[in-house]
Amino acid sequence: MSEPKIDGFELKPGFKGMASDTASDQTMFKGVHWGKAMMWIFLLSDTFVFSCFLISYMKGRGSTPVEWPNPSEVFALEAFGVPVPLLLIALMTFVLITSSGTMAIAVKYGYEKNRKMCGWLLLATALGGLTFVGMQAYEWSKLIHEGVRPWENPFGAAQFGSFFFMITGFHGFHVSIGVIFLFIYTYKVFAGHYEKGKKGWFTKLKGDYVEIEILGLYWHFVDLVWVFIFAFFYLW
Amino acid sequence: MENTNNIEKTEKKEEASTHKIGIYLWIWTLLFVLSFFSYMVDWYQFQGMLRWSLILFFMFLKAGLIMAFFMHLFWERYALVNVLLWPMTAIACFIFLMAAEFQYTLFSRLFYFVVGGGA
Repeated sequence: MSEPKIDGFELKPGFKGMASDTASDQTMFKGVHWGKAMMWIFLLSDTFVFSCFLISYMKGRGSTPVEWPNPSEVFALEAFGVPVPLLLIALMTFVLITSSGTMAIAVKYGYEKNRKMCGWLLLATALGGLTFVGMQAYEWSKLIHEGVRPWENPFGAAQFGSFFFMITGFHGFHVSIGVIFLFIYTYKVFAGHYEKGKKGWFTKLKGDYVEIEILGLYWHFVDLVWVFIFAFFYLW
Repeated sequence: MENTNNIEKTEKKEEASTHKIGIYLWIWTLLFVLSFFSYMVDWYQFQGMLRWSLILFFMFLKAGLIMAFFMHLFWERYALVNVLLWPMTAIACFIFLMAAEFQYTLFSRLFYFVVGGGA
């Protein structure tokens, strides 16, 4: 993330730099850890997966002549006796953004070798993710009680349920995997694995705090996908 | 000679240092505010073009902030940034294709619901 330096090799900025990086008879992504490059490639492919879900949702919703359920009524929640539209979804959004913020700062402290702060912030991120999954479980069970199924629902077009469960389910699955890895890395940081130079994942090379940034990329991506789901599924 | 060595050392130290915490807190606050605004779009029940343009505006702003600063793309070299962003044009093409497709499907459904299907 800082400007890389390679001895005897001038790294040009901007598009000229892109051309010479790509054409150089060396690694293409200068100063980028291989794990980070691979995480980015994975996230790119994951972007396509989620895009396909959202595009199929667009096609399903656009091509039915039946009225689409109004999300701000379907996802309303009673608070103090009054139905508040999208209350739970708004809370979930804020929880996920909060955990994204703590993750970003955890990465910063990781690079500064501040083990304790990095660990506590990772733990906060994991707990935020856990809260999110819990709220999603509550939302799912509430809708299932109200009779929403992948093939039918009492509110409108029958396609609503299948898109809802598929899209939020796949996103929730990503969050759950992220939470598991966040707990594992919280342990690794608190146990001082990077100070001791223990080996990293899928490699015999020594682990390093760059792994926290790689984990952070995944976690921010989960938040990024939620931004799109929030806009297209809940607000549209 | 020793002086220049020292300068080089301090420069290298600064390069290895991370970004100030302030920038993350700023982006964090902005994300909160933007999320609040996009929630307000629903709260005040804006409809039609105003609703859709506001939703898209806040969505792209939030996505851009997360990618640029939380995911550090703003500080990465163009070789990585361009590899990641150009494939998004394929998604944009796919969206246009499927938008045309759903309009045609909707049209033919409505048409045959009224006219009745073939033999």
